[in-house]
Amino acid sequence: MNDLSQQKIDASCRVPLLALFGGAAVWLIVGLGFALIASLNFHMPEKFGSCAWLTYGRVQAAANDAILYGFCIPAALGVMLWIFARLSQSELVLPLVPVVAANIWHLGVFIGIVAILIGDSTGFAWLEFPRGSSVLLFAAFLLIAISAVATFGQRKERELYPSHWFLLAALLWFPWIYSTANLLLASGHPVRGVTQAVIGWWFADNLIFVWLALVGLGTAFYFLPKLAGRPLQSSYFALFAFWTLILFGTWCGIPQAAPVPAWLPSLSSVAAALTIVPLIAIALIFVKTVCGADVHCQGGPFCYIKFGMVAFLLSGLMLIASACPQISRVTEFTWFGPAQIQLQILGFFGIVICGAIYELLPRIMGFELPFPKFVRGQHWFFMLGIILLAGSLAIGGVIQGRAALVTTNSPADILASTLPFLRASTAGLLLLLLGSLLLAANIFVMTFKWKLALLKSVIAALKAPLENSEVKP
Amino acid sequence: MKNGCSVFLAAFIALGASWWGFVLAPVLQLGTAKQTAVLNSSDIYPNQRPGDATLGLQVYRADGCAACHTTQVGQEGVACEIALTSLGKNQPVEFKKFIASLLDLPRLRPSSNSVTSQMQSWTGTVPQIIVTNLDVDTANNLLQHINAAGCKAEVQIVATGVDIARGWGMRRSVAEDFLWDDPVQLGSLRVGPDLADVGTRLNNAGWQLLHLYAPQSVAKNSSMPPFRFLFETRKSKTSGVPSPDALNLPTELAPPDGYEIVPTADAKNLVAYLLSLHAGVPLYDAPFTSRQASTNAPANKK
Repeated sequence: MNDLSQQKIDASCRVPLLALFGGAAVWLIVGLGFALIASLNFHMPEKFGSCAWLTYGRVQAAANDAILYGFCIPAALGVMLWIFARLSQSELVLPLVPVVAANIWHLGVFIGIVAILIGDSTGFAWLEFPRGSSVLLFAAFLLIAISAVATFGQRKERELYPSHWFLLAALLWFPWIYSTANLLLASGHPVRGVTQAVIGWWFADNLIFVWLALVGLGTAFYFLPKLAGRPLQSSYFALFAFWTLILFGTWCGIPQAAPVPAWLPSLSSVAAALTIVPLIAIALIFVKTVCGADVHCQGGPFCYIKFGMVAFLLSGLMLIASACPQISRVTEFTWFGPAQIQLQILGFFGIVICGAIYELLPRIMGFELPFPKFVRGQHWFFMLGIILLAGSLAIGGVIQGRAALVTTNSPADILASTLPFLRASTAGLLLLLLGSLLLAANIFVMTFKWKLALLKSVIAALKAPLENSEVKP
Repeated sequence: MKNGCSVFLAAFIALGASWWGFVLAPVLQLGTAKQTAVLNSSDIYPNQRPGDATLGLQVYRADGCAACHTTQVGQEGVACEIALTSLGKNQPVEFKKFIASLLDLPRLRPSSNSVTSQMQSWTGTVPQIIVTNLDVDTANNLLQHINAAGCKAEVQIVATGVDIARGWGMRRSVAEDFLWDDPVQLGSLRVGPDLADVGTRLNNAGWQLLHLYAPQSVAKNSSMPPFRFLFETRKSKTSGVPSPDALNLPTELAPPDGYEIVPTADAKNLVAYLLSLHAGVPLYDAPFTSRQASTNAPANKK
C-alpha cells in the first residue's frame, strides 16, 4: 500500500472524527467539572443547599452521564471508524453521515444533561437521560454504525483481524441493550417492581463492563502491535478471550443481596467468577505482545494503552471480588463499587481512547500535534488522578464496609471514617480535569489550524489571477 | 471467524443469551407479580402508597436521593427465640431452677450465657423471652421440655444481621416491597443510612422537614446537603403567629423577624414518601414473628 492512498484514507476520516472528538473533549471537561462539584459536597455539604440543580444527586448523575455518553462513546465511535477504514484499506464510506450523527449525538447528550439538572432524569443509574434525548442518541449511533459497517464491507482482505470481532460485536450490542433498557424502563409502560432494577443492573453491567471492554480491547489490540512493532500474541488467544468475555461478562452485575429471586444473584456471581477466564487470556495477550518489544513509550500513546490495559485487569478483578459473597458482605453498598466503575471508565477506557486519539490525530490532520509535550503531561495527570481517585475510593470503601459491619457504629461514624478518602478523591478529579484540558487544547488548536489553512486556501483561490483563457481581450 | 456473518451470529447468540436470562426471564417471572398475603393474617401486601407519597417518590427520583441512600435491608438469616406466655402452676423461682437444669443439655450449652442474662432480673411477669438465638431444632426441643413441665411457651422467629440489629427494619427487603413503585429506587451506595424502614424509625413529619432543611441541626455530623430549595421563605401572614406549616428552627437558622420558612408541596410529598417506607410486614419469603402484641422485649430503636 503506498503512502498516498494511506493519506487519502486518513483524510477521509478527518471531518467526522473532528466532529466526534471535539464534542467528546468538551463533555469530558464538563463531566469532570460536575464530578468535582459533586465531590465538594464532602468538604462543605452546606454550600449547595439552596440551588436545586447543584444538589449532589443531580450533579453526580450529570457527571457520570457526561463522561460516559458525552466523552467515552462518541470518542470510541470516532476511533472505531478510523480503525475500520484502516483495516479495510478503504476510504470512509458515507463520510457525511457520521458528521451529522456526531452533531445529533452531542445535541442528545446536551438535552439529557440539562434534563438531569432540572430534575427530569429517569431515576435509573446510567440511564438517566429522558426519552427525548435517548431517541437522539439511538438514532445517531445507528447512523454511525451504518457508515462503519459500510466501510467494513469495502475491505480488500476477507480475513478478519481480532479488532474486527470486538468492534463489530460492540456495534451490535449497544443498540440492543440501549433500546431494551429504554423501552422497558423509561417508556410510558415500564415493567413492574424489581424487574426494573434487574434490567437496570443488566444494562449497566453490559454497557460499562462489556461494551467498554469490547471497544477498549478492540482498540488496544489494534494499536498495541503497531506501537510495539510486533504482531498480536496471538489471534487464537484473542478469539478465546472474545468468546469467553461475551459469554460470561454479560451475566455479571446483579448485586448479591438484591431483593430479587435468589437465582438471579447466584447466576450473576457464578458468571463473575468465570470472568476470570477472559481476564487471564487478555493478560497473557497483553504481556506476550508488550514484553520483548524494544520500544520506549516516553509518555506517548504506547504508555496510555499499557496503563489502560493494567487498569482493565484491575477493574475486572474488582468486579469479580465484589460478586464473591464473602467479599461482598464488606464491599456492598460502599465506595468500592464506584471505585471499580471509575477505574473501568476513566482508568481503562478513557485512557486507551485518549492514547488512540493522540496516535491517529496527526495522521488524519496531516500535520503534527501543536503541543506534543501535553501528551506526556496528560498521561501523568491521568495516571496520578486515576490512582488517587479509584485508589482512595476503593480503600475508603473497604474501610467503610468494615465499619458498617459493627452494629454500634452510627451512619455518621461510618461516614466519618471514609471522609479523608473522599476528600483525597477530589484531588484525583482535579488532576483528571487538568489532563482533560490538555486534550481539549490539542484537539481544538488543531481544528482551528486546519480551519485557518482551509480559509487561506479559499482566499488564495479567490485571489489567484485568472487564467488567460478566461480573460476577455 | 473468517467473515462478518459468523462474527455477527456468534455475537448475537453469546450476547443475546444474557438478554433471555436477565431481561426476558425476570419479566416473565416477576412482571405479572401480584399482591401477596401477610403471614398469619388475612391482610394483603403491599398496598398502593398514598397519593402524596407517590408524588414524593418523583421528588426522591428527581433529586437523586438514591445516589446516597439505599432502600433495601439486608439479612443474614433467622434465629428462634422462646417466649414464655404462661407459668401454669409453677412458681418463678422454680421455673428459673428448671431452666438452669435444662441448660446442662449438650444442645443448649452454647445458649446458656444469653439465657442467664435474660433471666436474672426476671420476676415472674409473662410474656417473657427466655432464650434467644436458637436454631429451629433446638428451639422446638426446648419448647417440648417447657410444655411438659406444665408451662406454656411459643417459638418466635426473628431476622438476624447487621442491618436488623441497627434497627433499619424487621426483615430483609423482598421483591414484593417495590411492587407499586415506578421508578424503583433501590440505590447502591450507603453514604447515609438505609431508608427502607425510615417511616417506622423516624415517623415524625416535622422532624423530617427540619432534617431536610438543615440536616446538621437535628443529626450531628451528618454530611447530607441541605435541601433548602424545597422550602420557601415568605412573609408571615399575621405578625407574631406563625402559620401551622412554618418550620420551628433554632435561632441561628431562623429567618429574620416577620418572615417564616414553609415547605413547598415537593417537600411535603417527599416527607410523605419517606413516611410511607416500611419494612415491617412478615411475608412468606421473609418471615418473622411480629412483636407488636406481645413481650417486653427491647423495642425497635427509635
